[in-house]
Amino acid sequence: MAGEIPAGCARPTGSVVGATPDKKLNLPVDEKIIGGGPATMIKVGKKAPDFTAPAYHKGKFINVKLSDHLGKWVVLCFYPGDYTFV
Amino acid sequence: MSVDSIFVHKMWNDTELSKMVKGGIPFAMLSDGGGKVGSVYGIYDEDAGVETRGRFIIDPDGIVQGFEVLTPPVGRNVSESIRQIQAFQHVRQSKGTEATPSGWKPGKMTLKPGPDLVGKVWEVWKTDQAFD
Repeated sequence: MAGEIPAGCARPTGSVVGATPDKKLNLPVDEKIIGGGPATMIKVGKKAPDFTAPAYHKGKFINVKLSDHLGKWVVLCFYPGDYTFV
Repeated sequence: MSVDSIFVHKMWNDTELSKMVKGGIPFAMLSDGGGKVGSVYGIYDEDAGVETRGRFIIDPDGIVQGFEVLTPPVGRNVSESIRQIQAFQHVRQSKGTEATPSGWKPGKMTLKPGPDLVGKVWEVWKTDQAFD
């Protein structure tokens, strides 16, 4: 389950599960970042890359790990930023 | 999930979203500083330093069943996302024996793909069923 995290002055960040410390992503060969360009789009029918990320949820700061939600349907939404109108 | 910190997420929820949604946002607002997760999902815009409007449906086995990506000015259609989840759930429940034709929603007919149906869809399914 998601554990609560203390609210310190450092801004918490998450990470891709399996990523190496030098930030090069440990992806399957066909998804490796090529020539410094963006990673290729992930594919339907394939595993969703696992990650951990800090989150705000109902008054608490928690850590969320995607693979903790196996067994449930997950909708993962990205958006440009808080207060971006739509 | 956005590149904003969890502190900004809290303020956005408290100052604005909780005025639109009673009790505030019910789901977790995730922070992706630096766009590390967004990059892996292919929706991080490096030039702008923000995520685009990517939406991924992930099934109970952790498999991506569908995604949609929009540029920032156009918002999503939540009803369509829910319809797609209902369709994926229906297909999963049928263990892949049924397929949902264009415009399917709960209550509408499904198709059972197989040798007998090849070239015969026109007999059982009409194009007006693709629309609400």
